[in-house]
Amino acid sequence: MKRAFPILAIVTAVLLAYALYQALVVAPTDAQQGDVYRIIYYHVPSAWTAFLLFFINFIASVRYLADGKPSTRQAAKWIAVAVGVAGAVAAFVIPLPGGIRPSAIATTVLAIPVFYFLLGKYFPGEKLDVLAVTTAEVGVVFCTIVLVTGPIWARPVWGIWWAPGDIRLTSTLVLWLIYVSYLILRRFSDSAQTQKLAAALAVFGALDVPLVYFSIWFFRTQHPQPVIGGGGSMDPKMLDVLMISWTAFLFFAFLVCWSRYRLEILRREVEQAHAMQSLSGADSSVSISSPAVSTRGSQ
Amino acid sequence: MSIPAITVTNVIKQFGRFAALRGVNAELYGGKFYAILGDNGAGKTTLLRALAGLAHPTQGTISILGMTPQTACCEIGYMAHPSLLYDEMSGMENLRYFARLYGIADDERCAQVVRSVGLDPELARPVGQYSQGMRQRMSLARAILHDPKILLLDEPFSNVDVHSAGEMVGLLRAMRDSGKTLFVVTHQAALLQGVADEFIWMQAGQIVSRTLDLPADFTGPVAR
Amino acid sequence: MNSLWSVTLATLAKDIRLEWRSKDALNSMLFFSLLVVVIFSFSFDPLAEESRRIAGGLIWVAILFAAVVALNQTWARELRNQVLDAYRVSPAPANALFLAKALGNFIFVSVLEALMAPLFIVFYNLRAVGPAWQLIPIALLGTWALVVNGTFFAAMSIRTRSREIMLPLLLFPVSIPAVIGMVAGTTAILTGDDPAHFWIILLLTYDVVFTTACLALFETVLQAE
Repeated sequence: MKRAFPILAIVTAVLLAYALYQALVVAPTDAQQGDVYRIIYYHVPSAWTAFLLFFINFIASVRYLADGKPSTRQAAKWIAVAVGVAGAVAAFVIPLPGGIRPSAIATTVLAIPVFYFLLGKYFPGEKLDVLAVTTAEVGVVFCTIVLVTGPIWARPVWGIWWAPGDIRLTSTLVLWLIYVSYLILRRFSDSAQTQKLAAALAVFGALDVPLVYFSIWFFRTQHPQPVIGGGGSMDPKMLDVLMISWTAFLFFAFLVCWSRYRLEILRREVEQAHAMQSLSGADSSVSISSPAVSTRGSQ
Repeated sequence: MSIPAITVTNVIKQFGRFAALRGVNAELYGGKFYAILGDNGAGKTTLLRALAGLAHPTQGTISILGMTPQTACCEIGYMAHPSLLYDEMSGMENLRYFARLYGIADDERCAQVVRSVGLDPELARPVGQYSQGMRQRMSLARAILHDPKILLLDEPFSNVDVHSAGEMVGLLRAMRDSGKTLFVVTHQAALLQGVADEFIWMQAGQIVSRTLDLPADFTGPVAR
Repeated sequence: MNSLWSVTLATLAKDIRLEWRSKDALNSMLFFSLLVVVIFSFSFDPLAEESRRIAGGLIWVAILFAAVVALNQTWARELRNQVLDAYRVSPAPANALFLAKALGNFIFVSVLEALMAPLFIVFYNLRAVGPAWQLIPIALLGTWALVVNGTFFAAMSIRTRSREIMLPLLLFPVSIPAVIGMVAGTTAILTGDDPAHFWIILLLTYDVVFTTACLALFETVLQAE
């Protein structure tokens, strides 16, 4: 474990450098936007990484809540499978708003039960919560990158900083807001059940995102809006560079998450050690389970 | 030896780094009057709250009549340091509402309980304007409204005058005599001399001893 | 089920009775709502034509802020004297308490809306070009959307520091689709440019999804120490 980390760090650094080279030098110049478009190689992979991290947070939160009680534990497993199957079928049957491919939805929905079982297996009990807080924090960082690079890209190319009707950017903003509020809740909560409350908030957030998406999508159909980032297909060479960039970002995200995860585990171990110390603390007292015969008691 | 009504098994309650209860073990029997004594910070209130189902043990289990505290809620009456009453309503209005929570639609029951604690059901004054003694009594009335088998009372005599405190003790004694199990946390142990069946002493989150009487040279705080 | 509704109604009746007795909260909230509308009317002073396009947004933002002030009071009485503990140790279902509080807030915020809407109509010389009756489902569904989540997050905020700011902090991001629905729907009706059907369906979906989520998770929030 200890050796793997520096090796991974070096690999990540190399990958990031390679991705940078690819993005700035190798990728062809865009016909319409010129070289400005190259920010896409940071903007889009950041978005995908953030979404993946928030997805993991959502699944971890649901599992954490469900595993709390034995009755819900079993039921949740079946529900996860049902959701995956039903959603995959629905993706191909129900007409979707334009621009969304059924296979993309089906993959996402099928990933729900897959991740549900994987996370439950490799991150039992409290570790789910550690994973949740890790992915939320790192996700917010990547989400911030998306929201910063978005306007920076938009301004020179489309002449505007922001378009409220831009589905992707606005949905990302809402996601960012939800997870920042999640982190603030974790910090400000004095409750012993902070973890459960935060998990509940994550569930609310996840339920909210599709609704945001649809509401903005319909808003656009009534009030046509500029689309930042353009639609349509990409030159295959550009797509290649995008994938290289995303791979590098995923490695980086994994590295940071691993680091944060270990830090959180350590922090909790320290807390536990303190608590144990206070438990075995001053008095070593005898516990008596039945009344003694008129003995003197200390005050 | 009969089956214990309440079994506390190695209960630990942590609040972050602070452990309020550090491994409490006890078997407690029905129909008895237990007084829980100890210094401030000994964990008395936390133990009571754990028994009531308001504080979830970090480790360990509590079994009340064979059930968890939450499942056994119909058989538990809880009275805390705050009054657990709405200041803006009269005593009867408060009780009528709490009766509904327990599925009791009977007004007469509320009036009877109010009388049994020595208050007047007709009193329309809002609880917020009661004297401390009256408030404690109304709080007790709320706790016994649903005729629970087990009563958990946290400092019922605090800030209460000697006369009212004496009356309350008589009331509690009568309840024990009628078969209820009582747990009273108090700093005024002398009040329960000769009334309580057992004195449980707590210190630093643990039960340090259990005695049947107060020590002969007990010089604890006298009832105020 | 029986006990759920009987406890809900008992709690709701109790809250209404208490609110009615000390009309302090109600009166100050009504006055606050009036002030909000007046400030808006000074800040946004459009012509009749423009006003129809932005009034939807203005009204709902004003209601949102007034609602937050009202929602922050949801649990105030239960926290005094720790009455919430009395509820927790009783066999009464947690959801009964939630529904009672949500319904109480719904009534309260609707009263505020009933005051603010006519004022907006007056200050902005509003007239609905589209079918005005459709404003009713939008108002009802939109208010419930704010209130159901608001009551839930108000309960969550009980165990946090800076309680009053935590509520809007948690509520606003999650409410965004509902706000879009309310604003776009109201604007669609006022301007008559587009049908409001989709927005009504969106609000209905939002309400169903989040009412279910709140009912499923409220017990966890209530039992948090």
